[in-house]
Amino acid sequence: MKLKNKFYERIMAMLCWSAALSSVLALLFIVGFILVKGLPHIKPSLFSAAYSSDNVSLMPALVSTIIMTFMSILLAVPLGMFAAIYLVEYAGRGTLRANKSVMLIRITAETLSGIPSIVYGLFGLLFFVSFLDWKFSMLAGAFTLAIMILPLIMRSSEEALLAVPDMYREGAFGLGAGKLRTVFRIVLPSAMPGILAGIILATGRIVGETAALVYTAGTVAQIPKNPMQSARTLSVHMYALSGEGLHVNEGYATAVVLLVMVIILNIASAKSAKKLAGGA
Amino acid sequence: MTSIKEKVMSRVFLLSALSTVLALALICLFLFINGIPAMAKIGAFSFMLGKEWSPSDTPPLFGILPMIAGSLYVTAGAIIIGVPIGILTAVFLSKSCPKKLYKFIKPGMDLLAGIPSVVLGFFGMAVIVPVFGESILSASIVLGIMILPTVTGISESAIRAVPQNYYEGAVALGAGHYRAVFKVILPAANSGVLAAVILGVGRAIGETMAVIMIAGNQARMPVSLFKGVRTLTANIALEMGYAAELHREALIATALVLFVFILVINLGFAALKKRIK
Repeated sequence: MKLKNKFYERIMAMLCWSAALSSVLALLFIVGFILVKGLPHIKPSLFSAAYSSDNVSLMPALVSTIIMTFMSILLAVPLGMFAAIYLVEYAGRGTLRANKSVMLIRITAETLSGIPSIVYGLFGLLFFVSFLDWKFSMLAGAFTLAIMILPLIMRSSEEALLAVPDMYREGAFGLGAGKLRTVFRIVLPSAMPGILAGIILATGRIVGETAALVYTAGTVAQIPKNPMQSARTLSVHMYALSGEGLHVNEGYATAVVLLVMVIILNIASAKSAKKLAGGA
Repeated sequence: MTSIKEKVMSRVFLLSALSTVLALALICLFLFINGIPAMAKIGAFSFMLGKEWSPSDTPPLFGILPMIAGSLYVTAGAIIIGVPIGILTAVFLSKSCPKKLYKFIKPGMDLLAGIPSVVLGFFGMAVIVPVFGESILSASIVLGIMILPTVTGISESAIRAVPQNYYEGAVALGAGHYRAVFKVILPAANSGVLAAVILGVGRAIGETMAVIMIAGNQARMPVSLFKGVRTLTANIALEMGYAAELHREALIATALVLFVFILVINLGFAALKKRIK
């Protein structure tokens, strides 16, 4: 019996360790492979201001990615943050009717967060591109992405607001501050690191998104002059390169740039979350 | 003055919160308005169960059963590969991992979750496709890697949420460390772990670009693990660029089917969450 126990423990320990090892190895292999294949091909010509089929510059795509991120964040963050304020500060402790609207909002937000990005892309094509006649444009892409990240921003803002102790609110009320002032001056600042972590997470999703953008923002490889013009982000750029099959090396180099962006975002998000845990 | 501001702002907050409802309503509206007529014209039965997809034939055939099957096969493959490793990794991270190691592995898993799907697809094209071809197997492997961090992360928090005295009780009764973990703690965390799996299924079934890059995309019933297949998502993304009229509507109807799949998965997830509470 004892021997059997020991055997079981051994086997299970081995299973757990090897599973964790293979997870780590998968990550290291992917990152290592991309770096090894891509780093030698990072050349100054890749960062030329204009794209041509000779230089396969990723610079326009990089600029478009940054613009696209700002536009989507600008659209989604106020909405998501205000929605979270409603859920936590205004509706949370109310009557039964308030609870019903909270339920509805929660369920729709959860449903939105499960919708695949290609369905968002298709919706963006039907609604923004065709119905509102915005054509393939940065604006159509940014609106599509904003809807896509809205539930994420909402969720993280909500959690951050919930983590603010009630004492803060009571203190502010006790000093005579109104509800609005309490929310904006006391609660929101203390919840900011958590909200920021959510925004960074959303940025990561925008940077990595392809399927929702191909049919909304289009695939033009130059820097857009205004939001009504089509442009491709880095991920879309990379997808286009892989489809052509001609510029595999530039594809790897683009992958390196994407990877570096994701790593920076991850570190920033972790820092921000830590600040929340330490500060509140 | 202040009270007007308070009132206006509370309305603004409410309206912002309702924007999610508006967004979802619009998405449903546009998918249904554009998708249902196509289903009616083709016939819901021959659309969902038709085995031929050849939009350029005369008359064109719009059967999406191959794509439904493709999505299911690839997702099942991803689950078979990603879930056991994910759960075991979660057990390791929550119950056996030395603190020093944890500091490296945990951010590593977060990074894996953040790698854009095109990058994973690119990796799959370069490394996995040369070995297994553009096939169900290749797509399953890449999707398995993709859902791994999702499954691991949520399972880990589910396992950590099990009270420590469960473990202590089991050990006091003579169970070894791993027996206590696998026979007592893991069963206690099962709804959380199941929720992780459901979320993984949602991610795998909805993935588009990585799948297009490695699954081959042949619109036919799956024949073998080593042969190509086309998923619902790939069908939409590949043909939407040039489709017109009924073909275009049939693609939107494809998205509608995918959307309903996801809704069912979400309902399952919501039900589970309720049970956890």
